[in-house]
Amino acid sequence: MNTEKNIKTLIVKKPLKLDCGKTIKDFPIAYETYGSLNSKKDNAILVFHALTGDQYVTGINPATNKEGWWSYAVGPDKAIDTNKYFVICSNVIGGCMGSYGPSHKDPDQKIFGTNFPVITINDMVNAQYNLLDHFGIDKLFSITGGSMGGMQVLQFISNFPDKSKTVIPIATTSSHSAQNIAFNELGRQAITADSNWKDGNYTSNKTNPGKGLAVARMAAHITYLSKKGLQEKFGRKLQEREDLKFGFDADFQIESYLRYQGSVFVDRFDANSYLYITRAMDYFDLAKQFNGNLSEAFKNTNAKFFIISFTSDWLYPTQENKDIVIALNSIGADVGFVEIESDKGHDSFLLDVPDFLSALKNFLDKSYEEN
Amino acid sequence: MKNEFQVIADLIEKDKKVLDVGCADGTLMKFLKDNKNINIRGLEISKERVQECISKGLTVIEGNAEKDLKQFPNKSFDYVILSQTLQAFLNPELVLDELLRVGKKAIVTIPNFGYWKVRFHLLFKGTMPITKTLPDEWYNTPNLHMCTIKDFFHFVKSKDIKIFKSLALNNLNKSTINESNLGVKNLFADLGIFLIEK
Repeated sequence: MNTEKNIKTLIVKKPLKLDCGKTIKDFPIAYETYGSLNSKKDNAILVFHALTGDQYVTGINPATNKEGWWSYAVGPDKAIDTNKYFVICSNVIGGCMGSYGPSHKDPDQKIFGTNFPVITINDMVNAQYNLLDHFGIDKLFSITGGSMGGMQVLQFISNFPDKSKTVIPIATTSSHSAQNIAFNELGRQAITADSNWKDGNYTSNKTNPGKGLAVARMAAHITYLSKKGLQEKFGRKLQEREDLKFGFDADFQIESYLRYQGSVFVDRFDANSYLYITRAMDYFDLAKQFNGNLSEAFKNTNAKFFIISFTSDWLYPTQENKDIVIALNSIGADVGFVEIESDKGHDSFLLDVPDFLSALKNFLDKSYEEN
Repeated sequence: MKNEFQVIADLIEKDKKVLDVGCADGTLMKFLKDNKNINIRGLEISKERVQECISKGLTVIEGNAEKDLKQFPNKSFDYVILSQTLQAFLNPELVLDELLRVGKKAIVTIPNFGYWKVRFHLLFKGTMPITKTLPDEWYNTPNLHMCTIKDFFHFVKSKDIKIFKSLALNNLNKSTINESNLGVKNLFADLGIFLIEK
């Protein structure tokens, strides 16, 4: 959670009207940048993070002391080459790494908790748009992100059709499915069922709904992996024991792994932020914003799209990514698409998947050459 | 670049919008983009080939012509190209209809099963013909619906599809096919190239 003093923050003075009807102003957006902006200011890439990500895309994340969430893809000579491009990423509003969120205080100096306004993907990108003005960038070279990051990519280019030359949504959807909502609801129920959640006022009650948040993370983590990937990595292997113990301790490695994933997550993430961000994802339905016609969302842009999905991703499956391709083709947009072969499930976009990384690099570098 | 691609490229005017169906490694696409300023898109079923196209900076969609052409609006391309693939589809007639719906014009090339070497092979060896344009064995060929230049010519006519140009190719020799020389071209060309419209 955000206790760091050296987080780069932009205070947005301009009032922002949220989809829920409320207006926020003078609010912070925490961001990080990598590489340098060239004199023509035409090499900037805005990266959007996923549900539990943050602005620390690559290098060592100062909050966790671990590698940034997209270290495989972003850095010097990597797919998103920071020797060449200026990468900007900001924490979404509703988040817990410095941007305006439920752990912040309201004007009466009371911690928001669940009094923080419900935010949407649309609100997130409208807030982040202020970073372009901050850096004096008229047009981005690219916008990209996976999962919820991909949703922000789609919403951003729909809201600001002439603000990016290229657009790369990865492993995402234009509309959260019933299954997606169901898994998110499971996570929210786990959090709110924790007696330490205290209707969201755990900070003032000096409690922490860590158990609930850990269960939410464990359930979600399963959805990020594939059955085959789990089977190959863990199978029925036992955890530091010769045989079953006939009890409810973690006998299996997969149990121990999930418990570990849950426990480390609790140290870095805020339970209320988890509620808010999953809600934003569930509310995301880009076609609905255009009376059910997704193509309309993109009709004003000349950007070049490249959409990437993964064979073993059952959370945001290839077909949902292809639906975006179809919507773009039906208006004659410039769109490429590839489905990457991988056993690593939805998490493939975060991992070392060479075919994915080379496709991303080739698309970016070739598009930049044509600039 | 193979001669077939040169002949196809010569049929297309500069600055047009073109879809290459089954674009493989993008050789023809790249040529059209670089030399004729063509706004070019590709559709390709093989992941490896799609990656090759991306590395050449080409806009390609991974997909299957039999299922994925339907996402393109009517007459959204000036030309749609289908090179030596029609015979490999489960339903070539449906694909042909789709090409002509999506494209104002279509350029279709077919390996000619009526070519004399093919006939000779079957007649004297008694085994399924293997030639330069038909390199695979019967048990591993992707080709499901082989046809001759004559078959295709008649098929297109029967569907009231307009033939703008029909060319016979044999190595480097290119000649025009018409009703009167159809029998001869069907014997001596290993490839037929058709510019058609509906």
